[in-house]
Order: sequence, then C-alpha cells, then structure tokens
Amino acid sequence: MSYENVAEFAQTWGLVYFFILFSLVVVYALWPANQKQFDEAARIPLEDEEDL
Amino acid sequence: MADRGDAMRGLTMSDSTARKGIGLDVLTLGVFLSVMALVSLFLTAKTQDPLMAVHAVILLIAFVLGIIALAMRAAGGLHFDQSRYEEGIVKAGVVATVFWGVVGFLVGVVIASQLAFPNLLYFENIGWLNFGRLRPVHTSAVIFAFGGNALMMTSFYVVQRTNHARLAGGVWPWFVFWGYQLFIILAATGYVAGITQSKEYAEPEWYVDIWLTIVWVAYLLVFLGTLWKRKIKHIYVANWFYLSFIVTVAMLHIVNNLSIPIGLTEHKSYSLFAGVQDAMTQWWYAHNAVGFFLTSGFLGMMYYFVPKRAERPVYSYRLSIVHFWSLIFIYIWAGPHHLHYTALPMWAQTLGMTFSVILWMPSWGGMINGLMTLSGAWDKLRTDPVMRMLVVSVAFYGMSTFEGPVMSIRAVNSLSHYTDWTIGHVHSGALGWVAYVSFGALYCLVPWLWKRARLYSNDLVEWHFWISTIGIVFYITSMWVSGIMQGLMWRAYNSFGFLEYSFVETVEAMHPYYIIRAAGGLLFLLGSLIMAYNLWRTARGDVRKGEDVPDMVPFSTVIPAVQ
Repeated sequence: MSYENVAEFAQTWGLVYFFILFSLVVVYALWPANQKQFDEAARIPLEDEEDL
Repeated sequence: MADRGDAMRGLTMSDSTARKGIGLDVLTLGVFLSVMALVSLFLTAKTQDPLMAVHAVILLIAFVLGIIALAMRAAGGLHFDQSRYEEGIVKAGVVATVFWGVVGFLVGVVIASQLAFPNLLYFENIGWLNFGRLRPVHTSAVIFAFGGNALMMTSFYVVQRTNHARLAGGVWPWFVFWGYQLFIILAATGYVAGITQSKEYAEPEWYVDIWLTIVWVAYLLVFLGTLWKRKIKHIYVANWFYLSFIVTVAMLHIVNNLSIPIGLTEHKSYSLFAGVQDAMTQWWYAHNAVGFFLTSGFLGMMYYFVPKRAERPVYSYRLSIVHFWSLIFIYIWAGPHHLHYTALPMWAQTLGMTFSVILWMPSWGGMINGLMTLSGAWDKLRTDPVMRMLVVSVAFYGMSTFEGPVMSIRAVNSLSHYTDWTIGHVHSGALGWVAYVSFGALYCLVPWLWKRARLYSNDLVEWHFWISTIGIVFYITSMWVSGIMQGLMWRAYNSFGFLEYSFVETVEAMHPYYIIRAAGGLLFLLGSLIMAYNLWRTARGDVRKGEDVPDMVPFSTVIPAVQ
C-alpha cells in the first residue's frame, strides 16, 4: 500500500463515495413526502413537557 | 435495582418507584474507581518524578473522594425517579460553567495585562505566574472548562427534553461531570507546573489524555443510551450536532495525542509523529476542535435555545439537515490552512484553503436558519435581552465564519498569519459566538431548572449585554488594527531592499492596542460577574425591586409550565 495507491483511491473512489452520500442527504432533505415529518420535528423544542 | 441496569442497556422504564440496593451502574462505577485508586496509589509510591508525584496524589485524592461519595449515595438509597428528567446534573453543570467562565476570563485579563504592561507584570522569581505558563491556562479554561461544561450540561438537558427520555446510565453521568472537572484541574495545575506536550489546545500530557479519553467514552455512552431510550421517533437536529461534537472530538483527541511516555511513572512523552506530519496532525486536530467543539456543539445549543426562547419552530428544518451534513463534511478538511508557506505540500495547503472558503456556505446557511427562526417574533429583540444575546451570538457566528475563510486564503494569510489579527478573529468567535450563546442558554436554564418564574433582573442582563458587547468591540477592533499594522511592518522594505523595521519596533507600535485589548477583556469579565450575580439571585428566588411588574416580564409566557 504505497502513498500513490492510497492517494489514487482517495481521489477517485473517496470522491465518488462522498458525492453520492451527500447527494442522498440532499434528496432526503428535499423529498416532498418528508415535509410533514420535518414540520413536526421543527416544533420538538416547543413541545417538551415538565415531566416525562 | 436491576432496572437501572436495564436503563444502562437502553431499555425504557415505566416503573417509577424508588429502589434500594446496589445497581449495576453503582457496581461498575465502584469497581472502576477502586481500580483507578489502586493505580494512582501505585503511581504515588513508585514515581521518581516530582511533577508526576503531585498529579498522582491529586488523582488518588479524587478517586478516594469519588468512592466515598458513591458509597454514601448508595447507602442512602439512590432515588432516581424514572418519571422525571435528570436535572441535578444540569444544575451542577450550570454552576461549573459560570465558575470556570469567570476563572478563564480573569486569567485572560491577567495575561492581556502582562502583554500590555510587561514592566509591571513580569515576575522574575515566580516563573509559573508568567505569560508562557498562564496562556494555556487561559485557553484551556475558556475552551474546555467553560465551553466544555456549557456543552456537556446543555447536551444533557437537550437530549432529555427533545427525546422525552431520562438520562441513561444511572450514576455514570455524574462520573462524566466530576471526571471532566478532574481533567480540568490536572490540565491547569500541569500547565503552571510546566507539564506540557506543547501542542496548541492539546497541552496535557499522556496520562491526562488517557483520563480524558475514559471520561469522553463514558459521555458518549450516556448520550447514546439516552437516544436509544427516546420516545420520539425523529432525532431532533440539535442532538445530531451534539453527537457529531462528541464523536469527532474523541477521534481528534486520540489521534493527535498518540505518543510514547518515557516511562510509566514519568510525566513526559514524545509524539508518534515527527516534522510536517506532526504539524499536520496537530492542525487537523486544532482546526476541528474549532469546528466540532466550538462550532458544531454550540450549533446544537443554538438549534434548541433559539427556537425555545423565540417560541417559534426552526425556520427551515430542511436547511438544518443540509446545514449539518455539509458542515461536518467540509470542516474536517480545513486544517491545512494553518500551515500556509510551510513544509506542507502545496496541494495540501490549497486543499485546506479551498475547503475553508467552501465552508462559508454551510456556516451562513446555519446563521440564516438561526436568525430567521425569529420570523414573527422580532419584537423580542427589543423586549427580551436574553433573546438579543442569542441573536447577537448568531450574528457573531456569521461574522467570524466570514472572516475565517477570508484569512485562510493564501494571499491574505501571508499578511495575517502570526499576527494579532488571528487573535482578534478567534475572540470574535469565542466571545461573540461561543460565550454569548452559552450566556443565553444560562439565562434560559437557571429559571427553568430552579423553577423560578423569571430572572432576578432583566436590567442586569441589559447591563451585561452592553458592557460585554462594548468589550468585544474594543477587543476585536484593536486586534484588527494591531494585527494588520504588525503584518505590514514585517513585510516593509526600504529603498535598499532591507527590512524597514526591527522586530522590537513592531512590538512597541502594538503597545496602545494591547492596552485597549486588555480594557476590552476587563469589560467582558465585568459582564460575566454581573451575570454570575444575577443567576445566583435568580436561583435563590429573588426578584429585583421595581422589576416585578408582570407586564414587563416575558418569562411567564415563555415557560407557562413553570410555576
């Protein structure tokens, strides 16, 4: 495992991996069906009761 | 008592009766503390190193006290009411945060004065009172003691409230709290005694690093155990930020502190890395300490306390998700911008610079999300000084995350690096963002935790806010002027091609700005003392005369649940 191997792997597959992962995050965040869940989640701090 | 063991394994409790006897949590902690007490006894007996001996004795005393405290609590019967949130540890965290905050700011004022008045405040015969020893005491006290306690106590509060689950782990959260205070004491006493591995923000030596690792893993398990017990399906975004802070800091701390001690009873160790690899590891660590300790964790605070205080939902939850992932994806690469024009390969420097500039986008996305959460509640900026403190903290976050990328650009860095501009930049983030969001959280938490309808005095919050803000402005503007002047003087050539100024001439030119900076720090310290007094009176249940008119009080509407 030389420096060149590691660098080549990181610069190709590492890049592809991060790009796909981040794209999935954006798709998840913008997926219309998730809107309701996120609207509820945005209110979580406002809905914590005094007792469990 | 077996159910507390269950709680540690992450099962949800419904039974709320008090239990007697020794639970799994008490047993494991008791065994652990006993083993640690034996190890420190061995260290105390065997070490030939006087500095190590002092720390071994501190460790021994701490573990014996821990065993006594645990035994007393176990003997008295532990009454963990599973139907209520664990708030005692958050209260302890509030006290620790305020205490270490004041100590850290005070040491900051002392070392700023030493720089401003070196003739008066250089102590020839008391080496440990001088700048070189006290500077890491200041940085560690404000970052790790003040900031760390603020993060721990708010994370313990937020993870319970946003997941509707009691803190997991029984007595282990208390181990995390006291173990962390022990780390702070070992670090600070080590610095003044001269124990340091000379890595910025990672000065403690190998055995203190191991201790912090143990405490931190326990912290992670308590946090994860609470998430596991949650009754709300979706994990609220503040918890993601807190979790990324805990996980990343563990990784950074372990890798950067890989070292070999010269002996198991000696305090000194040597890093596993050498040369530019060592420098790169160190600045990968240090910049991500900024990114994940001072940013990610405090963003967790922002995403809870800003909506809570404004009584508005998060402006865009979608943006908060993109904010989170883009921030943690990008921050981790920005470290090499600390090593422009060094032996680090040029491509690595460029990579660090590029990612630092890209980082501007998630940072401002987060800032916009925090500020826009006030939509429909902007009047609170006028009526509620605590809300104003939180909002100004987010504004400072935006400002310093704009300044940072600019300074990371190689051409700008050639002027700014090694000058006071860097110090000014750090303090606009540390005082304006980190401290202000923590102050806002403290002003929220004390009435909530001590069940008070309102703060002792809103006027004193106003005083704190304005005195500290003027202090910050003094600090950062004086350091801008001083830093840019310093950078320009260093690079000035005369017509013969010689350097225009000697080093001492640049030092002399900075003198007035050092005095302004010390004055700014003094104002900030003054503000924090006003806060400490206000919070103490609030906890006692006092209300300042003339301020008990209900119409002037926003708190009763903010927290209707508190009676």
